[in-house]
Amino acid sequence: MADFETPELTDEIVVPHIQEGAMEGSGPFIAKPEHQEPLGFPGELVENWQEKAIDKMGELLGKYRSFQVFLDICVKCGACTDKCHYFLSTSDPKNMPVGRQDTLRSVYRRYFTVAGKLFPKLVGARDLTKEVLDEWYNYFHQCSQCRRCSVFCPYGIDTAEISMAAREILDSVGVGQKYCNEIIAKVFKIGNNLGLPEPALRDTLEDLEEEIYEDTGVKVRLPLDEKGADILLITPSADFFAEPHIDGLMGYAKVFHEAGVSWTISSYASEAANFGMFIGSYENMQKVAMRIREAALDLGVKRIVHGECGHAWRVAYSFWNTLAGPWDFLDPNYPVPQHICEFTWDLIQQGKLKFDKSENDHRVVTFHDSCNVARATRMGDKPGGQFEIPRNVIKAVCNNYVDMEEETIRDATYCCGGGGGLLTDDLIELRVKGAMPRMHALNKVMEEDGVTNMAAICAICKSQFTKVLPYYKMPMDMIVSVHQLVSDAIILTGQNEEGGEEAEEEA
Amino acid sequence: MAIEVGGKTIETDEEGYLVNLSDWNEEVAKKLAEEEGLEMNDERWEIVNFLRDYYNEYQIAPAVRVLTKAVGKRLGKEKGTSKYLYELFPYGPAKQACKIAGLPKPTGCV
Repeated sequence: MADFETPELTDEIVVPHIQEGAMEGSGPFIAKPEHQEPLGFPGELVENWQEKAIDKMGELLGKYRSFQVFLDICVKCGACTDKCHYFLSTSDPKNMPVGRQDTLRSVYRRYFTVAGKLFPKLVGARDLTKEVLDEWYNYFHQCSQCRRCSVFCPYGIDTAEISMAAREILDSVGVGQKYCNEIIAKVFKIGNNLGLPEPALRDTLEDLEEEIYEDTGVKVRLPLDEKGADILLITPSADFFAEPHIDGLMGYAKVFHEAGVSWTISSYASEAANFGMFIGSYENMQKVAMRIREAALDLGVKRIVHGECGHAWRVAYSFWNTLAGPWDFLDPNYPVPQHICEFTWDLIQQGKLKFDKSENDHRVVTFHDSCNVARATRMGDKPGGQFEIPRNVIKAVCNNYVDMEEETIRDATYCCGGGGGLLTDDLIELRVKGAMPRMHALNKVMEEDGVTNMAAICAICKSQFTKVLPYYKMPMDMIVSVHQLVSDAIILTGQNEEGGEEAEEEA
Repeated sequence: MAIEVGGKTIETDEEGYLVNLSDWNEEVAKKLAEEEGLEMNDERWEIVNFLRDYYNEYQIAPAVRVLTKAVGKRLGKEKGTSKYLYELFPYGPAKQACKIAGLPKPTGCV
């Protein structure tokens, strides 16, 4: 195991005494020219980086009114200070949301406010030096852009937007993060974050069809590139690769099968995730989103349904219209876009799906609200639908459900610790520590209510928990996909008895 | 970064993955495993060879599920589980086994 201490889970989360510089460092691996250039960024630190960075900041201030307002209106009330999972677990004051913002705000003041230009010292303004640039790189890659702090800020200052702007400035002078930028380049080249080419995707989907058939005796299809299908499923490529994601994918397939709809996956747009958002690059976010539009038009679908991916749902729900719209070629009788949880819940309400809930009786389940879904989107047509619909789906397929503590769920949910482009092994210390508040709440319901599994609807959350749970001495496979629970309980029309028995044996 | 195998210097990236996939041979695999604190045995070779065959056909490592099923078919159902693979490669079959097999690291939300 790595060279740091996993936080201890105590009775209550204690706000730590600050430790200046506790998380100082060089940040995650820096992108190489081959990761930078396909995104339109300089390959390495440009010579006139200071001038270019300040120009870029000026450009962003002009483009995004919110960015300037957020930099201007902070009154240092302190409401945000103990709301960040990274501060609570690392004690570094620059991981307090206000501390993080101030690393950039101080430079903004120096170059863009009268007081800062004339009396920098009096107003906490500082020059943009190489040390400051390095500090940005380090601390803006210790923000998962989860936006929990913004819920508690009386002015609604959104640290995520500041962090996105900072990363955009860094990219524009040639200092990008390897993890995010390598992945975006892969989407442009191959169509997904994984770099999964069409033949491998086809082979994997065939394997899953075979597995469902072996388990149930029912031929459930996972179609690829089928023109004329009604529904295009857009899902994170982790759903084709990792566990427990792939069990969720099989769940979607079974739901589509029972709904009797025609659907398809696209090999061209085989990715729901859009890391363009994490790096604050409108151009790259748009380029990734356009692939989905192109695939939808090419395949002639009438609807687009989103699989379990947190930030993708934000991009689709909140930004698609201006990024890649208008979507007037899709059927207006259905939500554009639609989330798989909405799709499944709708069918459940219509009584179109049959379940044997006892298949999940070996589980006591809780639900982790993923930050982007919880704080940046909605599902269904009622406020709070993004909290209730996934829970309703779980409760429809599981007899045993409990929530974690109220201040750690719904719009106050704690990040998994790996969101916002931080799900990389070179940030493992930050990821393990950052998971502490969630692990704390999970540990409580495990002890008090016998919770055995935590379900999520985000590929990043699922991979992050799989990795960090063992550090907290919890089983890695206790994290499940919501549609994995659906998959385990759904009774397919014509299903054989064997399938049921096998599942019981596993239990 | 780099590793030394049989007097030859072989370039690796920051995380220890081979930069040039063509540098791989069995001696290199043993060295990469050693760096991970693992000793190559028949069981590990079985997985590494499967990964390399799959990669040659598809230019990507197989999904964990594809791997567990293939292992189950070849070595018996009780070994066709991710638990078995994690016993062989504690840092995860996808990433650690790929590294030893000389394949690129799977990227994305995995």
